[in-house]
Amino acid sequence: MSLDPSYVGRTYPPTAPYQVGREKIREFATAIGAADPAHHDPEAARALGHPDVVAPPTFPVVITMAATRQIVDDPALGVDYSRVVHGDQRFAYTRPVVAGDELVCVNTIEDITSRGGHDFLTTRTDVSTAAGEPVVAVWSKLVVRGEA
Amino acid sequence: MELPTQTFRVTRADLVRYAGASGDFNPIHWSDRVATGVGLPGVIAHGMFTMALVGRAVAEWAGAPDAVVDYGVRFARPVVVPDDDAGTEIEVTAKVREGAGEGLTRLDITATCRGEKVLSQARAVIRTPR
Repeated sequence: MSLDPSYVGRTYPPTAPYQVGREKIREFATAIGAADPAHHDPEAARALGHPDVVAPPTFPVVITMAATRQIVDDPALGVDYSRVVHGDQRFAYTRPVVAGDELVCVNTIEDITSRGGHDFLTTRTDVSTAAGEPVVAVWSKLVVRGEA
Repeated sequence: MELPTQTFRVTRADLVRYAGASGDFNPIHWSDRVATGVGLPGVIAHGMFTMALVGRAVAEWAGAPDAVVDYGVRFARPVVVPDDDAGTEIEVTAKVREGAGEGLTRLDITATCRGEKVLSQARAVIRTPR
């Protein structure tokens, strides 16, 4: 069953704020082997002009992957998550995520196409502070594999 | 200009650690039974783990941990990670391109595992290193 392209342009209500913790950034940086002191030491981050430790570039996926469940789990759209493969991923930053940020996600279905029996779902997540300052825009293209 | 190659070793332990840190507990990244059951050759790395390692390479080339302005990839081929101490290796290179704008540099990135490209259309825009 292919996804209904009339859902393109649908925007979902803002997610509950995510509190970015210093230890979470350290844990993520350690897991990917990012040893730069700015990811671990608040003083090193401040020396670069940031208020607290800086998240590595792909850290926002921790927040957006959970947030986009709003779309993936939307029964009206009907994505079969067991058939989903990650196709593309992109981040466009206004500024890096830092510890202490309180971040809200707004999800939009940007594109739905079908080709070769597979569906392609592109989501855009605008991540901003709870006060409304834009931080990063995140795109994911998910491939929903057709029944063989 | 071609930037110096960077190599990242990936073992099963790395995938478990990444699963915990990222919250992505999809069993294809830790269970051979589940991975082979969906037609994969074995446990594969999270695409986002590969993207994170390549992001480290980009930060290293940029000379700053906060220099990435835009970063996007397409996951072209899975990174299969065997259940042994050696794991596998991802090699990352990039070419510097013109035209990213004032104070910015575009990198066209190549990431390979066992000689095959694992990412395509991998690009980053960074603040030009001083």
